[in-house]
Amino acid sequence: MFNQLAFLYCASVITGTGLLAVRFKNPVYSVLAVLVLFVHMAGLYLLLNAEFIAAIQVIVYAGAILVLYLFVLFLVNLRQEVRMERFISSHRYGMAASIALGLCLLAIIPSFTIGAKGTYTIERITELTHTKAMGMELYTTYLLPFEIAGLILLIAVIGGLVLARRENTNEEVAK
Amino acid sequence: MIPLSWYMGLAAILFAIGTYGFLVRRNIIIMMLSIELMLNAVNLNLVAMSHYMDSLLGSTLTLFIITVAAAEAAIGLGLIIVLYRNKKSVYVDQINELKG
Repeated sequence: MFNQLAFLYCASVITGTGLLAVRFKNPVYSVLAVLVLFVHMAGLYLLLNAEFIAAIQVIVYAGAILVLYLFVLFLVNLRQEVRMERFISSHRYGMAASIALGLCLLAIIPSFTIGAKGTYTIERITELTHTKAMGMELYTTYLLPFEIAGLILLIAVIGGLVLARRENTNEEVAK
Repeated sequence: MIPLSWYMGLAAILFAIGTYGFLVRRNIIIMMLSIELMLNAVNLNLVAMSHYMDSLLGSTLTLFIITVAAAEAAIGLGLIIVLYRNKKSVYVDQINELKG
């Protein structure tokens, strides 16, 4: 009963803030609405016994990625959404397409059947703790994908450095 | 006990909201934020299935998706800063010089 109430609360907040985030005219308000959404998503992960993923959600998504978005918003310094002629007038089409996509996704849910169950039952995970169970899986079964994830982060660091570097050497040479 | 279909329904709704934001908004930062919403919908699906199928594959995959999302945000926001430096705009309607 408590679980269902918590789920309904988190689900309603997620849906509401999601809609607000894509409707707000001020981008800063959008980012703050998404922040609330991510925190409630972490609450849903806690309901699902995935406390490590919940912590990562709060630390990485709400703590790092959204702060990055906020910094970029302050760098480009935009107060309000400006009204301009749209290159493609797609508001109605976009809304129709997304509503149709959502209805299709909702319609195919009842035909989903759960496949073969794995070995990590809830009792085993609560005995091991989720973090330890995930660590054991990551460092044995999924070791190669884990290393590749590290490589992806390295590429992101190098890419961010290269992209944000201000190139004024060419102008000085031209002068 | 919450049925699995509730989580999947919420994920479908969140994915549709993300698609709506990506298709309708013209601020490229908000478009990237909508992509994050879609990634979160997929994450919710994966963690819910991981819980209901007694497997850790979904949780592990969610960790990798969060990694890729962080890398995507870093590089995408770097691209947006370069774009703003060159064009003084982050609205995709003003970046239409390739129109035929």
